[in-house]
Amino acid sequence: MIAGGINFRAALAIFKNEVMRMFRAVFGSVLSPVITTSLYLVVFGAAMADRVEADPGVSYGAFIVPGLLMLTLLSESTSNASFGIYMPKFTGAIYELLSAPVGFVETLIGFVGAAAAKSLILAAIILGTAALIVDYEIRYPLFALGYIVLIAATFSMLGFIIGLWANGFEKLQIVPLLILMPLTFLGGTFFSIDVLPEPWRSISLINPIVYLVNGLRWTFLGESDFPIAISFAVTVGFLLLCTIIIAVIFKTGWRLRE
Amino acid sequence: MSEPILDIRGLEKTYRGGVKALGGVDLQIERGEIFALLGPNGAGKTTLIGAICGLVRPTAGSVHTFGQDLLKNSKKLRQRIGLVPQEISVDLFDNVIRQVRYSRGMFGCPADETRIEEVLRSLSLWDKKDARINELSGGMKRRVMIAKALAHDPELLFLDEPTAGVDVELRRDMWLQIGKLRERGVTIILTTHYIEEAEEMADRVGIINRGEILLVDNKDAIMRRLGRTEAHFTLAHPLSQLPVSLAKFPLTIESEGTCLIYRGGDGAGKGKREVAELAQILTREDIAFNGLETRDSSLEDIFVQLVAQKQDQAT
Ligand SMILES: Nc1ncnc2c1ncn2[C@@H]1O[C@H](COP(=O)(O)OP(=O)(O)OP(=O)(O)O)[C@@H](O)[C@H]1O
Ligand SMILES: [Mg+2]
Repeated sequence: MIAGGINFRAALAIFKNEVMRMFRAVFGSVLSPVITTSLYLVVFGAAMADRVEADPGVSYGAFIVPGLLMLTLLSESTSNASFGIYMPKFTGAIYELLSAPVGFVETLIGFVGAAAAKSLILAAIILGTAALIVDYEIRYPLFALGYIVLIAATFSMLGFIIGLWANGFEKLQIVPLLILMPLTFLGGTFFSIDVLPEPWRSISLINPIVYLVNGLRWTFLGESDFPIAISFAVTVGFLLLCTIIIAVIFKTGWRLRE
Repeated sequence: MSEPILDIRGLEKTYRGGVKALGGVDLQIERGEIFALLGPNGAGKTTLIGAICGLVRPTAGSVHTFGQDLLKNSKKLRQRIGLVPQEISVDLFDNVIRQVRYSRGMFGCPADETRIEEVLRSLSLWDKKDARINELSGGMKRRVMIAKALAHDPELLFLDEPTAGVDVELRRDMWLQIGKLRERGVTIILTTHYIEEAEEMADRVGIINRGEILLVDNKDAIMRRLGRTEAHFTLAHPLSQLPVSLAKFPLTIESEGTCLIYRGGDGAGKGKREVAELAQILTREDIAFNGLETRDSSLEDIFVQLVAQKQDQAT
């Protein structure tokens, strides 16, 4: 019944269950991130566009679309995936995951896949909404799609790790609010880090999110602060790191099995 | 004897923080039997089930199911095992049928609406299939947990206190369900605090206390031990010696001759009969008593007795 050692039916069952759970509350899960992003776009992209100088030749509205998209992708992927695995731990429903013929691969496909899929749907809605508010275009649509998928998967993995680690609702919030949010805001969402005076410009180079925003912005505008290869390498490196951490967690049963 | 369906050897579990919940458990379960694990709160019943079902990492020991090492072939073997946990632990905002389908999928079974309907009907849940689980009564929720565990047709089923918090009627109903599963050849291991429950359903009973299995035996043999009667006659005048007419009874005199104590019986009413007979003889012999208390020995008494026996053997 289990082909090639992988229980695909279980992966699919988890995936469907997660998607169903995430869309159960449409308002919180879809409308609220879309509204938040739209507000940013209206305020910064449309109302203040004339007063802010972005890269030459690019309207400020078009400049912040990839940044805002990244902001949403990061926070949504992380929080959906962390919630997804934290909830069964909280309700005890995790017993089923542990007693079923389900391992690392099935869990990853199911939980991370579902969180990433939801982020992609959100990204599509946000890009559609943004088109109504500001003028922008995507220079390399295929690269953009690939990069968005990569980011969604990577940060869903990070969320999954956070959800495993958390043993209270507070911990679930700490990483997204205290680390991701500030790093994203400072990571060039609303500005090119080239406008920062030294030493702040150099300091912000340690912020990995700078490279992520930069990469996504390159696929939209065709120009960026750093070579795209660096952005890509940072993203893939982070993805690999998360995968290894999750594999180790499953091997040892940390925070899963008593 | 055929190969056991479940073979546990030297299973130990010490939780972080040092609580030793299992201290070297050996247990063999035969195919097709219903085995009741009887023990007080904190005895280690849930831990034992958890260690078999993958919820708890054993500190030492081995578990074989269907003749194979469960830890080495976990994916293949877990598919054939079902678990109903002690607590109602499920996404309460989901509806009944979706949760049962989900469970079936988790165990790698292809979708089968006919089978799902059968399972739901057998537990009288078909009417409630679209209800949100948090809108169901406690007993119904428990049935949902059972339906989830049966959705993949396990051959070996663990039921952790299936009738806790369930009223008498539902308890009978649950016993009936378990009987049906037995007819289908499912091997069942259940835990309980209730002697009657073990008596009603089990073929064999294991008594567990403080992480150790004190005794495993056929139900009838266990019941003979459990069903002992203890009667205290408070005597009006102290007695120094037992009259010959009472010699055939298991009697002792305590409290400086003012209390005559009967300890005996076989779990099939012998104890009560003998106490009645004893009362008549006492009256006939003019041994006045102004108080009589009887009780059937409880699980706790048996534990005390078994533990004492073990210590005796050790010394
Ligand atoms: N996660 C845990 N961490 C630490 N100690 C635990 C944990 N779970 C159980 N224990 C301890 O292990 C012992 C056995 O507990 P267990 O739940 O297995 O008992 P039980 O026989 O199922 O009891 P009950 O009849 O109350 O369900 C208890 O002393 C309990 O406090
Ligand atoms: Mg228990």
